[in-house]
Amino acid sequence: MSATAETFSGGVAGGGLALGSRGHAQALTEEPAHGPAKRIVVAYGFWIFLISDIILFSALFASYAVLTDATAGGPTGRDLFELPTVAIETACLLLSTVFCGFAGIGAQVRRNTLYYGSMTATFVLGATFVAIELHEFATLIAAGAGPGRSGFLSAFFALIGCHGLHVTAGLLWLLTMMAQVYAKGYRDDIRRRLLCFALFWHTLDIIWVALFSLVYLVGVAPR
Amino acid sequence: MNNSSIPQSHGDVAPGDELAPADVPHAIGGYLLGLALATLLTCVSFYIAQSTLVWQPSIPIALSVLALAQMGVHLVFFLHITSGPDNVNNVMALAFGLLIVMLLVFGSLWIMTHLDHNVMPMERMMRMQR
Repeated sequence: MSATAETFSGGVAGGGLALGSRGHAQALTEEPAHGPAKRIVVAYGFWIFLISDIILFSALFASYAVLTDATAGGPTGRDLFELPTVAIETACLLLSTVFCGFAGIGAQVRRNTLYYGSMTATFVLGATFVAIELHEFATLIAAGAGPGRSGFLSAFFALIGCHGLHVTAGLLWLLTMMAQVYAKGYRDDIRRRLLCFALFWHTLDIIWVALFSLVYLVGVAPR
Repeated sequence: MNNSSIPQSHGDVAPGDELAPADVPHAIGGYLLGLALATLLTCVSFYIAQSTLVWQPSIPIALSVLALAQMGVHLVFFLHITSGPDNVNNVMALAFGLLIVMLLVFGSLWIMTHLDHNVMPMERMMRMQR
C-alpha cells in the first residue's frame, strides 16, 4: 500500500501535494516527470498478464493434446467438428479484432463516429462468436457428446469453454469502455484502459488461431 | 493546474498513440494489410485440412506452421509488439512466455506418450498374473 502511494506521489509533477482525492486523480491522468511514459508502463504490465493468460491456455491445450485420443469409445473430433461453423466463428473474431484496432485509432484522434461505430461492430461480431459457440456446445450436449462423455470431450469443453468465457468477459469490458468514454471523454487514463482492452481482445484472437488450427482443423484432417 | 481532460505531454510518442488525424488512413491501412494476410493464411489452413494437396501425415505440421505464421501477423499488425520504443521488454517477456508454453505443451506430450517405458504394459501384467 505504501509503495502504491509512493508511485502516485511520484506521478504528481509538483510533488509535495497532499494525497487527497485531487492528488490521486491527477496522478492517474498525468505523465510522470521522469522515466518511461505511464502508457508504456501500463501496457507492459498488462502484456505480462496476457502472457500469463497464454500460459494458462497452454496448460489446457497440453491436457487436450494428451487426451485427444482418449475418446472412451465415444465420438472423435472427426465425427463432431463442423468446419463451416468454425470458419464463420473465425471470420467473426478476425473481423472484430480489426474493428477493435479501428476503435483504438478513433479514440486516439477523438473521432466519435469511428470510435463508437467500431466498438459497436466489435461487440456485434464478438457476441455472434459467443452465440455460435454456445449453439455448438448445446448441439454437442444434446447429441450425448457433453463434457462427461470422455476425456477428450472434457478437455475440449474446458479449452474452448475457457476461451469463450474470456470472450464473454471481453464483451462486458467493451461495453464498460464505451460507457466510460461516453461519460468521461477521451481522457488519458481512459485511453490507457482502452489500450489494455485492445491488447486483451487481440490476444484472444491469437489464442483462437491456435484453437481453430490445432483443435478443429487437425481434428478433422485425414490421418 | 491543468485540466485533466487536456493531454499534457506530447514528448513521449508511443507507436500507434498520439496519432495525428492525417495519419489515420495509414493506420487503418496497416490493420487492413494485417487482415488480408491473416485471411490468406486462414484460407490456406482450411483448404489444406480438407484437401489431398499436402502429404497427409504432414498436415498437422503444416497447420502448426501456418498457425505460427498467423500469430506472427497478429503480433506485428494488430498488437504492434515489434514497433514500440520499449519493444525489447515486450519481446523478451513474450520470448520467456513462449519458453514456458513450449515446456508445458511438449513436456506434457513427451511424458504422457512415454509413460509406459518404466511401467509394465497392462497385457503383460495380466499374463503374468494368470
